[in-house]
Amino acid sequence: MEHPVAVTQASLLWLIPALPLAGFAVNALLGVRLQKAFGKWIVHTVAIASVAASFAVALVFLSEMLGLDAGHRHLQETLWNLFTAGRLSVDLAFALDPLSMTLVLVITGIGSLIHLFSVGYMAEDPAYWRFFCYLNLFVFAMLLLVMGDNFAVMFFGWEGVGLASYLLIAFWYSDPEKAKAGMKAFVVNRIGDFGFLLGMLLLFWALGGAWAPRPGIRAVEYQPASELRPLDPAIGAADADALAPRVAGVKVGPTLSFRELRDELTVEETGVKERLLHTTLFGMPVLALSAILLFVGAMGKSAQLPLYVWLPDAMAGPTPVSALIHAATMVTAGVYMVARLSFLFALSPSAMGWVALVGALSAAFAASIGFFQYDIKKVLAYSTISQLGFMFVGVGVGSYWAGTYHLVTHAFFKATLFLAAGSVILGCHHEQDMRRMGGLAKHMPLTRYTYLVACIAIAGFPVANGFYSKDEILFRAFTSDHLALFGVPTPWLGPAIYALGIVTAVGTSFYMFRSYFMTFTGSYRGGAHPHEHNEDPHAATAAPHGPLSASVHASDGAAHAAEGEHGGPGASPHESPWTVTSVLVVLAAGSVLTLLLGLPALWTGSAPAFERWLEPVVAQVTFRQAGEGTEWLFQLLGVAAAAGGLAAAWALYRGGQSEVPARLKARFAAAWTVVYNKYYVDELYALAVVRPVVRLSALLFWVDAHLIDGLVNLVGALGRWASLLSDLIDRFFVDWAVNAVAWLFRAAGRSLRRVQTGHIQTYLYGALGGALVVVLLNFLIR
Amino acid sequence: MPMAVTLAHYLVVGALLFALGLVTVATRRNAVGVLMGVELILNGANVNFVAFQRYAGGGVGGYVFALFVIVLAAAEAAVGLAIVLALFQTSKSIDVRQADLLRE
Amino acid sequence: MPPRLGRLFAWAAASALVILFVVVLGSVALAPALEGGREAGGGQAGLSAVVFYALSAVTLAGAAAVAFARNIVYSAVGLLAALLGAGSLYVLLSADFVAITQLLVYVGGVMVLVLFAVMLTSRITEVNVSNRSFGAFGGFLLLVALAPVLWVVALVTPWHAQAPGPLAPTTAAIGDALLTRFLLPFEIASLILLATLIGAVVIARKELKAD
Repeated sequence: MEHPVAVTQASLLWLIPALPLAGFAVNALLGVRLQKAFGKWIVHTVAIASVAASFAVALVFLSEMLGLDAGHRHLQETLWNLFTAGRLSVDLAFALDPLSMTLVLVITGIGSLIHLFSVGYMAEDPAYWRFFCYLNLFVFAMLLLVMGDNFAVMFFGWEGVGLASYLLIAFWYSDPEKAKAGMKAFVVNRIGDFGFLLGMLLLFWALGGAWAPRPGIRAVEYQPASELRPLDPAIGAADADALAPRVAGVKVGPTLSFRELRDELTVEETGVKERLLHTTLFGMPVLALSAILLFVGAMGKSAQLPLYVWLPDAMAGPTPVSALIHAATMVTAGVYMVARLSFLFALSPSAMGWVALVGALSAAFAASIGFFQYDIKKVLAYSTISQLGFMFVGVGVGSYWAGTYHLVTHAFFKATLFLAAGSVILGCHHEQDMRRMGGLAKHMPLTRYTYLVACIAIAGFPVANGFYSKDEILFRAFTSDHLALFGVPTPWLGPAIYALGIVTAVGTSFYMFRSYFMTFTGSYRGGAHPHEHNEDPHAATAAPHGPLSASVHASDGAAHAAEGEHGGPGASPHESPWTVTSVLVVLAAGSVLTLLLGLPALWTGSAPAFERWLEPVVAQVTFRQAGEGTEWLFQLLGVAAAAGGLAAAWALYRGGQSEVPARLKARFAAAWTVVYNKYYVDELYALAVVRPVVRLSALLFWVDAHLIDGLVNLVGALGRWASLLSDLIDRFFVDWAVNAVAWLFRAAGRSLRRVQTGHIQTYLYGALGGALVVVLLNFLIR
Repeated sequence: MPMAVTLAHYLVVGALLFALGLVTVATRRNAVGVLMGVELILNGANVNFVAFQRYAGGGVGGYVFALFVIVLAAAEAAVGLAIVLALFQTSKSIDVRQADLLRE
Repeated sequence: MPPRLGRLFAWAAASALVILFVVVLGSVALAPALEGGREAGGGQAGLSAVVFYALSAVTLAGAAAVAFARNIVYSAVGLLAALLGAGSLYVLLSADFVAITQLLVYVGGVMVLVLFAVMLTSRITEVNVSNRSFGAFGGFLLLVALAPVLWVVALVTPWHAQAPGPLAPTTAAIGDALLTRFLLPFEIASLILLATLIGAVVIARKELKAD
């Protein structure tokens, strides 16, 4: 890619995110009244219609894009300039290229299906409108994320999906456990977002600044900063654009736009790539640092080690939420981000090594925890973390199309799994513990088959799509050439990751089929009335809860009363209504059909369709050459891993008769406890992170309450004392002075009154005295 | 040794009478005593008038004036004593120090 | 009575001595001023001078008694002496009618009136006590302040005094003047006497209680 991206201007791109936004707005502002006036159907109609319409518009653009030739498939639309500050100019701009198109189709398509599923699942919930409102909000934010042409819009969507996730996890917020789960998700995401922000800003900073030519770096004619007048407030977007330096038609300088960044980095004549490769910050290369910081954001959003702890707790939300957000879309935002910035990551082997390593470790770690969980949603949650790890391995080693392909396949089969689990939960009257399920195959056949298909997909059998993506990833991991850790090239990292990946694949197959066998085979262990309705089946843990959850779950989406399938509580498990099962069938079919996109070159002779689709968009990384035989071997190994896991699960859990699990558990009780309790990571975090933060906040509160408030109170007290002093002065000086004057007059009067004695003789004396004075004066003055 | 009596002598006598009369008025507590002092004052004035008439005047103006003074002194004494009697009737005392209803 | 008598004698003697002393000193001090009046009437002047001095002494003693006597009756008697003395001085001054009128009116009328008043009001206590604290000192001061001044004025001022003519009766002249030159004051004086008569009666009569 030595030439800049060819941009095709498009219009009405904004419709794609705007339609779900409209649906959100209608349901948010009018939802309550609409629901009360017309019933629930209008709410879901608005919501499903908006997402489905968005999907339709996306299909239209897909056809337009397919009409263009491969190098020109970048559709761009700039709505308006959000702000310009010096050399930074942020537009509200959307871009559709093959990568974002893929994501848009997944989001809107699977999103509409899940909206449909939610109609049946949430039918009994009185806050129906709020659920669909939040779902639409999520779809809008996710679309912003994938369609954003620059970091700013993407970050807006990034934060938006975090918010929607919080709102939806804590949907039944009256239960404190669920509210806590929502908060946990939000806080952990925030930590990741902080890293993302740092990476973004670091990159911006590294790109900017006046630079002088250095030996070894191709010097570029660059306008000094003063000529750009960065502090001039009158400079507008057009001015900023016009004044920016250009080399070979590519705008050079700090930017937040993905396209411009990609152009700068890939077109060598600009010299930006050379410069960045040699720039260090505190001794660390800036490229690696910013890429890793951005990946920290991905760690938070996509639940990798160590920021994965929120995802299992997020199962407290309704099952459609788990399916849409925590399986298919939001958690894949991190993978999308790495793929989008592939040209950045490809420049830094250290960053690539980190991403791949963290992905592999997460995959293995989460799979191990999934072995022993009893809550079906928890199993799926850990499975999600594990599969995300695979995706990051894919984009980490440089096979961006493989990672993205795994994203797509995972979206299908994980959504199927979650929705089927939801169907099972519905059918078992809100039972989530697999120990109390079993033998559901004959009660819920459709659910059973779709779940089976999805398990086959996730395990990696070639009949479904999971095999193709996983195989590609592992093969590329093994043959990777460019990995490094801390700047040290690590050629052994690739094979190590492959080994971990294969073991994880075995584990994946094992625990998924374990869940299948425990749920659907054997005999039903739930009993006629499996549990008290006070027991919270949707809890993050299996512990019972108080009366709050009764009110919540009495109104939970139990379809049985509404749909009239059979009698009331106490009946045996039943199949779910058509709104649920139809979606399952569609998704399961998708899990199989999408394998066509990834048929390996080994079989067909040409690159897989998906790889060709994404080729113009992602960076190309070279791999070690491996012979065909090696490739066949790896494929066989993949199938063997899947088969091995299936065999183990069959032996231990099929029919639920085997005693082996119980005996093994008893024998390795300690190890079992540790793994069952998720390696006590949550407890560790609570101790190491949460408690100090809480203590710090308590300290700060103390400071505020005593010192700062004390200061304020002191000022108040000073004011009081000043007024007291003033009062004293007033009372004792001023009033004294005034009173003294009055007293003076009174005393003078009193003494002068004594002249009036009433005695004639006194008056006589007075008269004589006066006469004497007159006479004397007469004598003296004359 | 006796020397010729001149106007000055008579004037001195008149002055002394006047002075003593003034002292009486000023110091006496008894209202009647005060009136007696007033009579002395008038007499002193009379002596002056008559002496001047004798030594320095033409006609009889001085004598007539002295006559009038006597007449008026008598009238005034009468009225004054009547007042004193009235005062004695109301307050049973003719101490001028006690007649201080006009004080503050 | 010996103390009272003694006091009376002391009073008379004291006042006579004072008068003599003052006169002598005054005359000695102001001898040059009296040069002009010395020749006229030397010998006769001598006898008439003595008479004058004696009568003056009596008058002034009486006046002193009025001023300083503790008993109001003594004051009344002193007033009587003063009035008599003054009358006799008028005689010396050839004012016969005035002297007689003085005798008749003053001594005969006013004095009686005063004595009546004294008698009528002397039943109450502390009548004759004058307030020593303020009154005496003040009076003394007054005397000391006033008398010398008047004395000096009397002696120093050039009075344009002529030698007196012979003693002659004045009654006719007075009568004449009263009905010609001094007619208006004469009439007014009669009016005043009328008013006084009525007024005195009105003021002094006892209020009749209505019963």
